[in-house]
Amino acid sequence: MNLLRETWVVFVRALRLSLRNPVWVVIGLIQPLLYLALFGPLLKRVVEAAPSLPPGDAWKIFVPGLLVQLGVFGTSFVGFGLIAEYRAGVIERMRVTTAHRVALLGGRMLRDVLVLLVQAVLLTAVAIPFGLRTSVSGALLGVATVGLLGAAFSALSYAAALRLKSEDALAPLLNGIAIPLLLLSGILLPMTLAPTWLQRLSDLNPVKHIVDGLRALFRGDVASTATMWGLVDTIGLLVIGLYVGTRTFRRESA
Amino acid sequence: MITARALSRTFQTRTGTVEAVRGIELDVAAGEIVGFLGPNGAGKTTTLRMLTTLLVPTAGEATVAGCDLRRDPVGVRRQIGYVAQGGAAYAEALAGEELVDQARLYGLPAARAAEQARILFTQLDLDGLWKRTCKSLSGGQRRRLDIALGLVHSPALVFLDEPSTGLDPQSRANLWNHIRRLREDLGTTVFLTTHYLDEADALCDRVLVIDHGTIVAAGSPEELKRSINGDAVLLTLADRAHAEDARRIVAALEDAGSPATDGNQVQVRVPHGASVLPGLLRDLDAHGIGLAAVEVRRPTLDDVFLSVTGRSLRDDSLVA
Repeated sequence: MNLLRETWVVFVRALRLSLRNPVWVVIGLIQPLLYLALFGPLLKRVVEAAPSLPPGDAWKIFVPGLLVQLGVFGTSFVGFGLIAEYRAGVIERMRVTTAHRVALLGGRMLRDVLVLLVQAVLLTAVAIPFGLRTSVSGALLGVATVGLLGAAFSALSYAAALRLKSEDALAPLLNGIAIPLLLLSGILLPMTLAPTWLQRLSDLNPVKHIVDGLRALFRGDVASTATMWGLVDTIGLLVIGLYVGTRTFRRESA
Repeated sequence: MITARALSRTFQTRTGTVEAVRGIELDVAAGEIVGFLGPNGAGKTTTLRMLTTLLVPTAGEATVAGCDLRRDPVGVRRQIGYVAQGGAAYAEALAGEELVDQARLYGLPAARAAEQARILFTQLDLDGLWKRTCKSLSGGQRRRLDIALGLVHSPALVFLDEPSTGLDPQSRANLWNHIRRLREDLGTTVFLTTHYLDEADALCDRVLVIDHGTIVAAGSPEELKRSINGDAVLLTLADRAHAEDARRIVAALEDAGSPATDGNQVQVRVPHGASVLPGLLRDLDAHGIGLAAVEVRRPTLDDVFLSVTGRSLRDDSLVA
């Protein structure tokens, strides 16, 4: 019970700070909208010309990809904020209170997931006038999956930040992990277009299966194997994220 | 309030093992203001971080505010406040909200947290700053907010790490008054670290001198200073030709140390500088030695530090 209450206090504080300086939230929102406006029309042509693409029109392929990108990239960089708080002595100050240390992680993760969900809903809504036609339940399940994915990457980002305690070390680490994950996920173009060796490689990437799962959801194939594997991989990542995150926050002198 | 036995902490670094704190013994009674004095890197902050549960000791035992450091760290946290060296308030956050949130993390219900924060704002002269961002506060205001953050759950014992570092003289004096009031008004026990001698002197009932991870001297500022062989008497002669005569006369004073001569100045240490002065002046006069100036200098904590460690605290380029 205390853990929930403390998590709530940390969540409200973090959310207040985000709302007071919403520039990052806005930038995080504008980025996918730029993809939608500037890359979407290009993709439409590609999809029309490529018969090997999965069923569904261009927007049903593209919007789920953007959502996953938002979930991975949008939350991977939350660790920078934590380093700033660490520098200011905030983390240490909270660690000498009686609050559960997992609450310090959980409250911040909740904030990140909430911000992400708002961005994801907006992105999906804006895609409708561009031409997205999808079922409400599929889209909602897709957005919810992205929320869980964001929670996983938020936890991993905070864990990395708290271990490294340096922006200079965190930035290359995050780019080094996030960029290959995204390139091998078929976010921009489905991996069915790739040569066999690249497809095999991308099969090892959980993010790819999550993108596939999301695309199935947006097509309305809620009960497909693609959906199931997407969800399994998302929950797998979340479990890893929570394990690493809570371990890091409970460590001494973290 | 604090008992520590053989408290030690070693760190593994790439270049080997660093013994930051080597078997510290501590006893602090309730209501005391105790200062931990030492140069940078002496082990002050490491000791404090152990006593505040932020760091697990590699060896030794300690009881802090009635709770065992190893077995009941949460009990310790409930009883103590900690004000870190580098501050604790987030630049972008509002001062009042930071304080309320901190109180909430200590388990205070929302209404009580807000009330307690208001009281502390008044007590620490922060009225009117509730809605200001922390970055817009002055150095002294920010430091007082840090202290408020450490006091928000009314701890019986508060640890202050270098409380006045970086403050202007006026803010320091003001901060010292607040720290004294903690004890006078609330009976709080205060354990602070400092590398400022005047701070230890002005605030502390007792000073523990730490160097290279061990306590090398302990006592009240007065006791420590008395352990230096008395006061320095510094004579500035009207004529340097009399220096040798003057040296002989001061050397003959009861319990005098060996005098040092430098140009027209002669310095000697005697147990009670002020009481030998009248006789000394008559003697010098009788020998026809004219004086330009006389000074009796009470020993400072810098002298103490020099005598126990062989180094001056000022070697650290810190102004006493």
